[in-house]
Formats: sequence, C-alpha cells, structure tokens
Amino acid sequence: MATQMTDGHRRFLQVLMSHGIMEGSVARTLHRDCCEIHKVYYAHDKLDDFINVVNIHLQPFFMQIRKGMSEDDGRTYYALVNLAETEITKMASDYTENELELFRKTMDVIIISESGFASSTDILNLADQLKTKKMKKKEAEQVLQNLVQDKWLSERDGEYTLHTRCIMEMEQYILSNYQDLVRKCNICHSLAIQSQVCETCGIGMHLPCAGKYFKAQMEPHCPHCNEFWPHEIPEINRPDSELPSSAPRERRRTPSSGTRRH
Amino acid sequence: MAQKRRSKGPGPSQGELLAAEEDLAPTQSASQAPRSLERLSPAQVDQKVSELVQYLLVKDQKKIPIKRADILKNVIKDYRGIYSEIIKRAGRTLQQVFGLQLVEIDPRNHVYILVSNLPRLAVENLKQDDCTAKLGLLTVILSFLFMKGNAAKESAVWEMLRRLRVDPGVRHEVFGDVKKLVTEEFVRQKYLEYNRVPHTDPPEFEFLWGARAVKETSKMQVLRFIAKIQNKDPRAWSTQYTEAAAEEAAVGGLFEDVSTPGGASQGARRRT
Ligand SMILES: [Zn+2]
Ligand SMILES: [Zn+2]
Repeated sequence: MATQMTDGHRRFLQVLMSHGIMEGSVARTLHRDCCEIHKVYYAHDKLDDFINVVNIHLQPFFMQIRKGMSEDDGRTYYALVNLAETEITKMASDYTENELELFRKTMDVIIISESGFASSTDILNLADQLKTKKMKKKEAEQVLQNLVQDKWLSERDGEYTLHTRCIMEMEQYILSNYQDLVRKCNICHSLAIQSQVCETCGIGMHLPCAGKYFKAQMEPHCPHCNEFWPHEIPEINRPDSELPSSAPRERRRTPSSGTRRH
Repeated sequence: MAQKRRSKGPGPSQGELLAAEEDLAPTQSASQAPRSLERLSPAQVDQKVSELVQYLLVKDQKKIPIKRADILKNVIKDYRGIYSEIIKRAGRTLQQVFGLQLVEIDPRNHVYILVSNLPRLAVENLKQDDCTAKLGLLTVILSFLFMKGNAAKESAVWEMLRRLRVDPGVRHEVFGDVKKLVTEEFVRQKYLEYNRVPHTDPPEFEFLWGARAVKETSKMQVLRFIAKIQNKDPRAWSTQYTEAAAEEAAVGGLFEDVSTPGGASQGARRRT
C-alpha cells in the first residue's frame, strides 16, 4: 500500500488541524474533496487507510489522528491528538500553572461524579482552594471559557464535562491515573465519562451505547446482573452514513459494517 | 559537509546507526562549545527538530507570529550552536508533512509565521464556524484596501462595513467587538497593518495589508473574488488588474523561505 504523503493528505491534515475535531461525515466529505482537488486516488471507504498514511508521517511529532465516539451523540469523530507529555504541548504552553491545576481538579470532579458532569459552582469553589495560586471567580470563569474554546471541556446548561477531543487525546492518561475511579463502558469497553450506572452491580454504559443496547427491550435489565435498569433510556440518533455528507443517500452495507469498532 | 565519522567511547549509539542517512556525522575536531553539532548525535538533533515542529504548530494555532527569542528560550535552549540547522530542518519537515511554509516575515527581529503551501479553497469552509466567518470579514476588508490603492483610512473601512450591516460600534453576534477584532486580532495575526497617518491631529489611522495576508493570498486572488461577486471580468478594473498581474509575475520575491537551501538569515532580502 502507498505510504507517500500527497498534497491531498496535507490539505486534509491542515483542515483537521484548524478544527481540532471533525464529525465522521464531515471528515469523509473532506477526504473526497482533498482527493479531487489534488487528483489523487480516492475510494469512499478508504478514509481510514488514507488517515493511516498521515499517521505514519506524524509519528515523529507524537501526533496522531484518532477515531473515536462522542459520548453525547454516539457519532464517530476524528481528532488530531497530541501524545507528547512535554512542556511544548498545547495545554502546557497555553495555560499557567494554576489554570492547569484548576483543570486537573475539574477533571477529578467530572470523573468521580456518576453522571460525568461538574457544575460551574463546584468548579468555581475549586478555584478558591488552588495550591499553586488562588484564582478569583471572574478569572476562573474566563479560564473555563478558554477551556471550552480549546476543546478541553464542553458545557451544557452550566454543567461541564470533558470534550470528546479531550477524551480522545487523554484516554490513556485518564485510564492510568484514575485506575480505580474510572469506568469502562460495558458495551463498547472504552473509557466512559458520561454514563448510566447500574445501582446494583455498578457497571456503566455510555448513553448512546445504552440507547442502542436497550432499544429492542421492553423492560430494560442490566446486562451484567440482570437487575431492572432504573434510568431513562437515551434516545439514539440516526447512525451516521458511511458516505460523504453531501453524497447521494444510498446506503451500502457490507455484512460487517453494522457495528462500530474502536 | 564532512562525511568522516569517529567512533565514540562507550559502544555504538543509536545516533551512530542513524548517522549514515544524515549529513550530520560528527567530525574529528573536538569542539569546546557545549552543544555544537559535532557533539550531538543525529537522534538528539532529530528530537530537537521534532520539538521545534510541535512548538511552531502549537503557536501557529492562534496565528500569532513566533519570535526567534521565544524559540530559543522555550525549545532550543542549549542547542543554540546549531540553531540554523535545526530551523532549516524544521522548515523542511513542515513542508513535507504538513504542507506549511515557515516564513521569516521580519528578518531584522526574526519573526516567523507558518503559511499554507496549498491554495485556499472553498472546501475549507465546510464548517461554517466563527473562524471562517471572521476570514470572510477579513477578505472583504482586504478587497476594499486593494481597490482603494492598497491603503484606506480607518473611517472609510468602518463606513464600508456599516454598509454591510457590520457596525464597529455595535456588538456583533459572531464577531463580538468588531473594532477590537479588526484593529487588534487581525493586526496581531499580521493580516492587517494599522498605522497612524503622519501629521494628523487628532490622530487618524489607516489600514494596509499585513505580512500574512501578502503571503497567504494575492492581489489577483482578491480581484477575482471581487469580480466573481460582481459578476464581471477582472480586467474591468484595469489599474488593479495591471498591478495584480505584475505582482503575480514577481511572486516569491518578497520573503525568504527558510526551508530552501541558502534561505534563512544571511541572504535575507529586506522587505521594503
Ligand atoms: Zn460505550
Ligand atoms: Zn447491574
């Protein structure tokens, strides 16, 4: 297989770099357009191969394009992540020491909570207890805004959770630093920040995974201990098509493409 | 460059294995400099190049020009002796992998920006986010400046924007503080220059194209943009067309591309 970078790959990388993260169908459209513009080989189902070529060349810089699922809508996303833990990485160079401490403490609250959210009140209280340097409420609010803008956190109705891009980048870090606290989804087995948790046995599921799993069941039961599932069953979004977003909506399914693998 | 290699003390290093493919092999002269090229293994140099590439990419995210002093302080540190080699190789890598050009926009103070080698196209407006909207506003301003003879008074720019229902005095839904965006953010990012007109009291200001705009777009591109919007032939503006064509013919003369051999410092032509 060809491993040569073309201008098509470079353009794809540039656009992804400027967005940080991209929904699957948008990435597929971009893939098609980049190949067309630069007249390089294109096959609509070869996006992951195309990305692999880019990844080979990104290795020396500890960067990688990763594919992952959003905990909010269950859709596939592609993100450019940084794997280096040096002082040069984006986070370390954009934030001061006490801002980083606030982020880490926020992450603690989010991960320890069952729902995967921290309220802004909780976070603003943390700002007052920072060891490095205390932060005023106004400052902390600004930091939160920056963290949302830089896609470390995402906000919904005054509650904060980890951004999909952040989870994709920090999955390994979170799994090894929060070993006993963190949950893996019982369905897809990847890290679960926002989840529904069984009140009896304590297993957790991503909301989209729970939605899919319980879709066909009249009376939802825990897949692990078989107790009644006490949570509201999340609605699932239509799965994203495997074709570029503006392509005609004919669906092609190979027998194995029904489930998502991560 | 010398291809001689000297076997170093304790066993073959990873660096020596890699040395064959690079023209960075240690020479026999034992240098006293703490971190001169001779004392560093190619692997160490590669590592620095990779760090510099990461640093430049991170800094470029916000489109803020990068000062050499900051590069030295944050990345190069005690590798100063081989700074020009590291930056040359970082520039080459940025081109090969990312399609980006490392450009020294201010050879006197050594300030760099990254610009794309790939022509900007509609495809990048896939996601209509705030960022692309801002670029739209910028394009309008650059077009206006070009049509007005490459510079325009601040008041004229605001007047033009008001006609497009973007009032610099009113908070805009997408742009926020329009005046701040245009006079501060675009200026900091080197898309625009914002200068006081000499001998004006009260002071008046004017806008010009900034170095990044000059590098990332061209007069011809802007003229085509205007022509397309107005559904005319670019030649309909004969003065501007002549100017744009002349620029196109002379393209590449304004900046030094750091990654090309013999580029970088000494040979830098000064921008006038
Ligand atoms: Zn799951
Ligand atoms: Zn259970």
